[in-house]
Amino acid sequence: MSLKRPAKDQPENFEFNSSSLEAVNKIISKYPKGKQQSAVMALLYIAQKQNNNWIPLVAMKYIAKLLDMPYIKVYEVATFYSMFNLSPVGKYFIQVCTTTPCMIRGAGKLVEACKEKISENESELLPDKNCSWMEVECLGACVTAPMMQINNDYYEDLDKEKTLEILDKILKDEKPKPGSYRGRINNEPENGRKTLMELKNA
Amino acid sequence: MLKDQDRIFKNLYNDLGSDLTSAQKRGDWVNTKEITEKGRDWIINEIKDSQLRGRGGAGFPTGLKWSFAPKEVGSRPHYLVINGDESEPGTCKDRDILRFEPHKLIEGCLIASYAIQAHVCYIYIRGEYFVDGQKLQAAIDEAYEKKLIGKNAAGTGWDLDIYIHYGAGAYICGEETALLESIEGNKGQPRLKPPFPALIGLYGCPTIINNVETIAVVPTILRRSGKWFASLGREKNTGTKIFCISGNVNNPCNVEEEMNIPLKELIEVHAGGVIGGWDNLQAVIPGGSSMPLIPKEKCETLTMDFDSLVAEKSGLGTAGVVVINKDQDIIKCMARIARFYKHESCGQCTPCREGSGWMWRMLERMAKGEASKDEIEMLGDVTKQIEGHTICAFGEGSSWPVQGLLRHFKDEIKKRNNFDPIVKETQNIPYLVDQHLLDKNA
Repeated sequence: MSLKRPAKDQPENFEFNSSSLEAVNKIISKYPKGKQQSAVMALLYIAQKQNNNWIPLVAMKYIAKLLDMPYIKVYEVATFYSMFNLSPVGKYFIQVCTTTPCMIRGAGKLVEACKEKISENESELLPDKNCSWMEVECLGACVTAPMMQINNDYYEDLDKEKTLEILDKILKDEKPKPGSYRGRINNEPENGRKTLMELKNA
Repeated sequence: MLKDQDRIFKNLYNDLGSDLTSAQKRGDWVNTKEITEKGRDWIINEIKDSQLRGRGGAGFPTGLKWSFAPKEVGSRPHYLVINGDESEPGTCKDRDILRFEPHKLIEGCLIASYAIQAHVCYIYIRGEYFVDGQKLQAAIDEAYEKKLIGKNAAGTGWDLDIYIHYGAGAYICGEETALLESIEGNKGQPRLKPPFPALIGLYGCPTIINNVETIAVVPTILRRSGKWFASLGREKNTGTKIFCISGNVNNPCNVEEEMNIPLKELIEVHAGGVIGGWDNLQAVIPGGSSMPLIPKEKCETLTMDFDSLVAEKSGLGTAGVVVINKDQDIIKCMARIARFYKHESCGQCTPCREGSGWMWRMLERMAKGEASKDEIEMLGDVTKQIEGHTICAFGEGSSWPVQGLLRHFKDEIKKRNNFDPIVKETQNIPYLVDQHLLDKNA
């Protein structure tokens, strides 16, 4: 179980804006009538997106009302799942995978790079609120380890130097190109492909 | 090595494009109507003949699972749920299907929904795969547009709606009943079984839950016959499987291969060998982090399928092969896996919630050489107290890797941990409750 605490400074009000509301209605229609509670996770995502990548408590209350469910059930969901941020994170939110498959390929170096460039401690916002980093559990890209996730994108096949390059770009508020940083195509074996050969240059 | 024409996922590396036109060129959606016209019983029997076993880890026969769905639709609708909450360390195969072969999955959804009489299918994707989920959504939109799903899907006369539901970073939601809880908008804590989801599942309705890879191979099996699929691999362990080879190998990769392929071939031919040569190999985790590791001696002759790995007291799981060479500290590797399970335990059952933390802390100390010799037995005892005493299989998943370490690397732990806690001299240690016992032995 992950331990998460809501932020101390909470905004007073929260309401979905019109584009969020449109997305909300579309999502609720995916589920059978009377089962609108199913949409709670998707709505929390929308709230998170609208509110600079974190979910304030008022947003949970607002969603509870919208879906006609108890506030505590929304709170329960928001605290259970690790991808809902209950306190502010950077505009660029960096998550470094350090589970065994990444660890044995040198994820520790990525953590070092983050400590050097961003902050000594995890989940610590830079003064300009642009960037924060944390260690996370397996992100499901073990073949292209070590890797990290910045907002929605995966940055794969990294080492310390390449990580520093990426972080430099981010600190300059540029978006680096996601994908493999050793130039290989998706999850194929580098330089040594033995399968699906006739398709390779088709 | 498997011949290229027998590979199901021809676009595994995205050489050909994942859009509908390219997928149709590869044979997807070609005669879906004819397949469904042969009837539900034919489909289920063909899947049974193919001996396809679930690709999500447990290896349950898919045809059998489908036959558990009620034959007649009663007052409650049926649901098909696809499990794409791939979070097992070492596994990244479903991601490639979602982004490069989405039409195989969507067509499989249609056929499976028809076979179990479901009109709604939910695809549960882990939240981190948002970008890949968007690619799948684009493929779903494309399929709606071309009337391949929706009302009278692909001319089969069957109505089907497919929706994506994103998870939010909880490994436990890969457990099927926790996944259902998550779709219903609760925290993902597994349910007691029975009742099984096939009778009482999503919203209390009959629900069949399958892994992404399982569903994605269905259309090809039905096109090329169950017999063809059964001719690959060996009895009860048939067909092809995407293996993910990660860790200390020269060319980590995903590759589709025949079941029962020798592990050595997988590592040497496809993954370019172990870093530092085969002799530098220490151990292999054969099926994602929850399967016990296998030491080098056994890797020489090991073949990769469900039953031969069970015979080695391990399992094929999701076929995420993690290779660990001698440059790594094996105890530390396992301690990190224990930390993963401590982090991901849902907290519902006490043995798992508390035990996963115990295992992690003990292993961390063992890696540093700060544990006592007695603790090695104690650690084994803790794993036994977790295993089999929890609602879901997470208890097994978290204790098996530790048991594997104890089984094969006990000497390594003993060598490193020489700390002897027995106090030899009589002295007053206020926090030691059993002081009187020590005094006697001193």
